[in-house]
Amino acid sequence: MEVSPELILQACWETLYMVSVSLVFGSLIGLPLGILLVVTRKGHILENTFIFSVLNPIVNILRSIPFIILLVAIIPFTRFLVGTAIGTTAAIVPLVLHIGPYMSRLIENSLLEVDKGIIESAQAMGATPLQIIFCFLLPEALPSIVLSITTATIGLIGATAMAGAVGGGGLGDLAITYGYQRFSTITIVVTVVILVLLVQVIQSLGNFIERKMRKM
Amino acid sequence: MIEFRNISKIFKNENRTIEALKNINLTIEKGDIFGVIGFSGAGKSTLIRMVNLLEKPTSGQILVDGQDLSKLSEKELRQAKKNIGMIFQQFNLLGSKTVFDNVAMPLKLSKTPKSVIAKRVHELLNFVGLSDKANSYPNQLSGGQKQRVGIARALATNPSILLCDEPTSALDPQTTTSILQLLKRVNQKYNVTILIITHEMEVIKQICDRVAVMQDGEIIEEGTILDIFSNPKTETARNFVHSVLRDEIPPSIFNMIQSSDTFSKIYNIEFIGESSGKPILSQVAKSFAVDVNILFGSINELQGVPFGNLIVELQGEKEEISRAYDFIVQQKVIVNEVIRNGS
Repeated sequence: MEVSPELILQACWETLYMVSVSLVFGSLIGLPLGILLVVTRKGHILENTFIFSVLNPIVNILRSIPFIILLVAIIPFTRFLVGTAIGTTAAIVPLVLHIGPYMSRLIENSLLEVDKGIIESAQAMGATPLQIIFCFLLPEALPSIVLSITTATIGLIGATAMAGAVGGGGLGDLAITYGYQRFSTITIVVTVVILVLLVQVIQSLGNFIERKMRKM
Repeated sequence: MIEFRNISKIFKNENRTIEALKNINLTIEKGDIFGVIGFSGAGKSTLIRMVNLLEKPTSGQILVDGQDLSKLSEKELRQAKKNIGMIFQQFNLLGSKTVFDNVAMPLKLSKTPKSVIAKRVHELLNFVGLSDKANSYPNQLSGGQKQRVGIARALATNPSILLCDEPTSALDPQTTTSILQLLKRVNQKYNVTILIITHEMEVIKQICDRVAVMQDGEIIEEGTILDIFSNPKTETARNFVHSVLRDEIPPSIFNMIQSSDTFSKIYNIEFIGESSGKPILSQVAKSFAVDVNILFGSINELQGVPFGNLIVELQGEKEEISRAYDFIVQQKVIVNEVIRNGS
């Protein structure tokens, strides 16, 4: 049985839907978490050993659980949150939980790249900690953050392929159910080509924006 | 005015403690350009960061215009910092913002109205000579231009004190001079007290009124630059002075006089102030039966006071030379005999 163009199109939409919604919620978790991981560390502007030593291992633990395990392990939580544990929307919950901590580490790295001298000059000007974060750290790290988000987006596309396990749909699911389980080589080829193109477009877009920003 | 009173700073690592500053006492008068010189690791970076509490002293007090900053609340301290501008060796400008926005930053932080900011920023860019670069980004500027932006930014809130952390160490000698001239104008036009730390004696020589020499967390010598240049007391200070004022006979000339066989003595004559203007040597040649041979000489100006030295060889009879020597001594100059086997 061959796959129809409509099915492929629908799978595309499902993938884009899962990726974009997870990205938005993932950023809402990852960005503040990444900022906290930077500013509460020793010697930084809001040094707080307690917060840092609580957040740091939590992020590590979430990062160390393989996504496919996380997906099924949090099914009760997913059901509690969105009312169901299967389907595209239900897949978003584990995706967010997967990408949030990942993004926090990427954002953390981007922020740590900012020269310490910038923070020092901000402190010399009498900037408040919030002003240091929003007027100095984030603007200076922005090009690097764009690349971090690009990497996270591509990571998400990979993760959505596994979302098929909870009936999430999407291109990965299509490749498994039609291509692998029903021996349709053409389906695998088509979905892989689409995924490759998608990744290419996103990476190029990220690079383009980053370069535009750095040129300033 | 900045006063350091018994300032000590100890950095503790896991396994060792470093005493970065040891009982520093120092007063910087209002309107002065005060230089602190020392090799890296001497503690001068820590010292300058005490003034705006980027580093907190382990013990002791710092008074800025009579006020102990460590006694202020966070909010009061932020307010007090607006009175203390700072520039850095690596400029520390925001690469993501234009020159205009960089200079405007301190004003934006204190929620100054936009129209006031625009007026002030243009005034400052005009002062530092970068009016045409308002919309450029720091990456498009040279090192000297970046430091000018740094200076404009530091002056945005009308501070009465400007801290300069190795402001010219990343710049070439020509640019260094132009930045130092700008700092001098800042000092004169806005009556800003300037504290400048550096490892380059040239910086001290060009603009400072007073200088402190630091070594191993201590101030080992302090005085007007004329004091330090004309009469350095410590080995470190002497080395710094010699790095910009050469007062040794060049080896080639030294070899030449070693091989001559006429009787002569060599003297180092130091001139300070008005004595520099007197024709002492020509008087010596006319009044005594000696030949005067100038081996080496230099004249510098320190804070508008001429200051220099001449190394001369007096050739002739022993008695005539000693009479000539007595005459020179009376002319308010410092004379030392240079021993032949060295300097």
